Amino acid sequence: MIRILARKDLHTLFSAPSTWMMLALLQFILGWFFLARLDDYLQVQTQLAQMDDAPGATISIAAPLANLLALLLMMLTPLFSMRLIAEERRNQTWLLLSTSPLSSAQIVLGKFAGLLALLSLVILAAVAMMALLALGTAADAGLILCNLLGLWLLAAAYAALGLYFSAISRQPVVAAFTALAVSVALWLLEMAGGTLRALSPNTHFQNLNSGLLSSADIVYFILFCVFFLLLTIHHLRRERGGH
Amino acid sequence: MPAPTTLSARNLVCSHGRHRVVDDVSLELRRGEVLGLLGHNGAGKSTTLMMLSGALQPDSGKVEVCDFDLSRRPDLGKACLGFLPEHPPLYRDMRVDDQLLFAARLHKLDKTHLSEHLELAKRRCGLLDHGRRLIGDLSKGYQQRVGIAQAIIHRPAVVILDEPTVGLDPAQIRDIRDLICELGDSSSVILSTHLLHEVEQVCDRAVILREGRAIFNGTLDELRAQSDIESSFLRLNADAGSTPT
Repeated sequence: MIRILARKDLHTLFSAPSTWMMLALLQFILGWFFLARLDDYLQVQTQLAQMDDAPGATISIAAPLANLLALLLMMLTPLFSMRLIAEERRNQTWLLLSTSPLSSAQIVLGKFAGLLALLSLVILAAVAMMALLALGTAADAGLILCNLLGLWLLAAAYAALGLYFSAISRQPVVAAFTALAVSVALWLLEMAGGTLRALSPNTHFQNLNSGLLSSADIVYFILFCVFFLLLTIHHLRRERGGH
Repeated sequence: MPAPTTLSARNLVCSHGRHRVVDDVSLELRRGEVLGLLGHNGAGKSTTLMMLSGALQPDSGKVEVCDFDLSRRPDLGKACLGFLPEHPPLYRDMRVDDQLLFAARLHKLDKTHLSEHLELAKRRCGLLDHGRRLIGDLSKGYQQRVGIAQAIIHRPAVVILDEPTVGLDPAQIRDIRDLICELGDSSSVILSTHLLHEVEQVCDRAVILREGRAIFNGTLDELRAQSDIESSFLRLNADAGSTPT
C-alpha cells in the first residue's frame, strides 16, 4: 500500500512542469558551483602542493557542494511537500484517500516515501557530480559517502517536517511558507549557543559534511523524522476518526 | 425475510462551532435498496454522507457498514464502501485507466482481478473507449462517470453518491440514473439530491433532511400515503423557507 501511494505521488510530482523546472534550476546551480569550485581549486593547486597538510580535492570541492545542496534542500523541499496533502485537499482528491481502507500511518508513510524518492534522485545527481572528481584525482570515497548519508538524512528530516505542515494547512502556499519558516528558524538555531544549537538539523549535518560519522547525529535525524511523522499521523487520525 | 442491513447509522451528530449541521440523524440501508437522501441546500446531506463514508468523524453517534463499526474497524468497513463526493476526487494529470487502477489498489483489490474489475467498471459507466484519455481533458459528464466507476470498481456492498447528476445535461442525467438503478440490483445505494423527482425515479426509500434533522424516513409509498408526494415534500419542508429546485 505504501509503495502504491509513493509511486502515485512520485508520478504526480514528475507530471508537474514546475517540478522539472525546479530540478533543472537546481542542477544548473549545482553544476555551476561545482565547476567554479573546481576552477578555484585548480588555480591554488600548486600552492597547496607545497603545504604539509593541504586539504584534498574532495574536502575543497565536494563538501562545499553538499553544503550548498543542504541549503537548497531546505528551501525546495517545502515546495514539493506542500503538494502532498494540502494540494490534495485543495483539489478535493484527498477524499479518495481519506475514505479508502488505508490507515493514516500508511498514507503518511506512502507520501513520505514518494517525496524522499524524488529528493534521493536530486541527491544522487549531486553525488554523481562529486564522484566525477575520481576521474582526475584520488577522491575521498568515505567523505563523499558521509555527505551522501548526511544529505539523505537531512532531506528526510525536511520532508517529514514539510509533510506535517502540508497535513495541517488547507492552502498549499501556507503549508510551504510555514514549513520554510520553521526550517529557517531551525537552521538559525545553529548560530545559537548551548543546547539550542543541538536542535538544529544543520548542526548535525555539519558533522557528516566534514566526514565525522557519529551515531548521535544519525539518531537525531531518525528521531526528528519519527517525531514529525507521528505528529502527522496523529493529526490525520483525529480527522478521520481514529483510523 | 427482510434483506440484511448493509449500512446503519445511529444518532449521528456533527457541529461546526455552535451550529449543529447534523442533529441526531439515524438511517438504515438494506441490501439491494436505493435510498434517497433528500433536502434543500444546506440541509446537511453532504455532511451526513461524509460521516457515513468515514471521511468525517461524527461528534457522537455510530456508523456500521456490513456489521463493521467504522470507528473500531475502519479498514474493514471502508473496504465495503464506494463513495462519490459532490466533486469527484480525480487526478487531472492521470489517465482514466490509471486513476481507476489506483482506486482499485487503494481498496486492496487482488492483482489477478484488477483487469477484470477495470473492464466491468468501464463498461457499466460507458468508459470503454476513454481508458487512455487524460482526466483533465474529459467533459464534466465523463469526469462524473469516472468518479462513479472509481466508486464501484471494487464492487462495494454500499455505494454512496453525493448529488451525482448536478451540472449534467439531460442525456447524461438519464444515463447516470439508469446506472444507479442498475447498481441497486447488486449493491445498496445512498443517493443525495435536492431533486424530488430523481428520488421518485430511482429510489426505494427516502430520508428527508431539514436543518440537519431527519423529518421523514420511510418508503415512497408511505410518503405518498400522506398525500401527493410533492406536496408532502413541500409540507415537510414548509419551515425551511424555500422551495426545491
